[in-house]
Amino acid sequence: MEKLLKIDRRILFVLVALAVTIPLLFRFKMPVPPTRHVKSMYNKIDSLSEDSHVLISFDYDPSSKEELQPMAHALLHHCFKKNIKVIGMTLYPAGTGLAEKAIKEIGKEYGKKSGKDYVFLGFKAGSSLVIMNMGEDIYTAFQEDFYGKKTVGMQALKGVRSLRDIDYAVNLTASGIYEAWIVYGKEKYNFDLGVGCTAVMGPEMYPFIQSSQLTGFMGGLKGAAEYETLVGHKDRASAGMAPQSVVHVLVVCFILFGNFIYFASGRKK
Amino acid sequence: MIKKTDVSITTWILIAFGTVNIAFLATGKLGFNGKGLGIITAVAITLAMYSFLYKDNPVFKIAENIFVGVAMGYSIIIVWFNILKPDVFEALIVPMFKDTGNAPQYLVIVPTLLGLFMFLRFSSKLSWLSRWSFAFIVGMGSGIAIPNFINAILLRQLEPMLAPLYTGSFWGTIDTLLVLIGVVSVLFYFFFSMEHKGVIGGVSVIGIWFLMIAFGASFGYTVMARMSLLIGRIQFLLKDWLGIIQ
Repeated sequence: MEKLLKIDRRILFVLVALAVTIPLLFRFKMPVPPTRHVKSMYNKIDSLSEDSHVLISFDYDPSSKEELQPMAHALLHHCFKKNIKVIGMTLYPAGTGLAEKAIKEIGKEYGKKSGKDYVFLGFKAGSSLVIMNMGEDIYTAFQEDFYGKKTVGMQALKGVRSLRDIDYAVNLTASGIYEAWIVYGKEKYNFDLGVGCTAVMGPEMYPFIQSSQLTGFMGGLKGAAEYETLVGHKDRASAGMAPQSVVHVLVVCFILFGNFIYFASGRKK
Repeated sequence: MIKKTDVSITTWILIAFGTVNIAFLATGKLGFNGKGLGIITAVAITLAMYSFLYKDNPVFKIAENIFVGVAMGYSIIIVWFNILKPDVFEALIVPMFKDTGNAPQYLVIVPTLLGLFMFLRFSSKLSWLSRWSFAFIVGMGSGIAIPNFINAILLRQLEPMLAPLYTGSFWGTIDTLLVLIGVVSVLFYFFFSMEHKGVIGGVSVIGIWFLMIAFGASFGYTVMARMSLLIGRIQFLLKDWLGIIQ
């Protein structure tokens, strides 16, 4: 018993690595039924007409790329498939490269052009102040796009003066910046807002869903996989669901095993 | 103290890693271009970071320091090209010395100076000037944050609490009831002006249960998040580098 309580943690790491690798190598399908909150985000975008404007704020950096980039891809597929104009931006300096890559690559798949079908505004410092500035006038907040082109008169921004004219905004975030979008954006300028967040932040979203301050949210890789299922474009997130399920079972086994041994050994410290 | 066996393990891993990548480059599996070399670099850094799971080692330390340096350098470049160049250099400085057709925006001097004052924290004689910048940030930040947060977080979050318990459906009503019991009991638990005995003690125990369930849900989500990161990295290794999954 004593020995079992002192298993080398590296053995556990190897088991976790195997639980992730084997299901990826021998792929088996896992059903990914979309949950209510992801569906409501999907339905909101799906209900928009062509040439509507969806703003996506890519507020994350490479440390949370694995969870949030698949969400960005799924959202962009949905928007471009429906010929919706995408306005991309980031409040994270380190998120600029990831955001630009996502918009450019997915846009290319659908033959979309920068400035015409989408605009990437790049990074601006100031978080809440940028949001408020955009709420008053998007063109003073971002006089130029990421590539240095003047935003005034840009076809992708036709009919948009401020955040009030945005048909839907999505904040992809790995931090508390979503609160700034709610407090200084949604509540002040009255637009519909959805959030895509890391799984760690998932539980924080429910109070905002209950108060209707968010139309929906995607939580972690699972949320991204659900959105991929809804869009009909299964990619990395969906492929990650099999290892995710296996490794969760393994973690539950670890917890049960640890507790069993702990109690069986007389709860010695 | 680095053991001899650790040095030999590291050497063999480096030799194996080098051989695999040379083979990939030679066979054209990875292109000898920015993308191919980028993948190799990313793989090297990923493996170096995960080597910490075995034990702390110099390879991990090197990768860690490279990450810090690259992240900082990248942020500086982004800030220069997205903020300092268009908003300060091209808006104020260039028109002062060159005819660009635009008048210099002298108002930019104020925020620029306030920003520069922040760096004076390093000077013992002039650090008092940085207080002006902090005073501006704190004053403006509070002025903007307090009313907006009271409205958007406190009042708007209270609204669902004041809604009728009966929502029209049985399960909806149960949900609302649970939220009400949860909020009240947790608030009782954090009410320290009276001893937690009798009714107050009983209600605060219910509050503890709600908190424990919330922590459990939070931990579950955290496990999911951490595993997602691992899945993403292993997908990268198997798909983008080794090419053994599609």
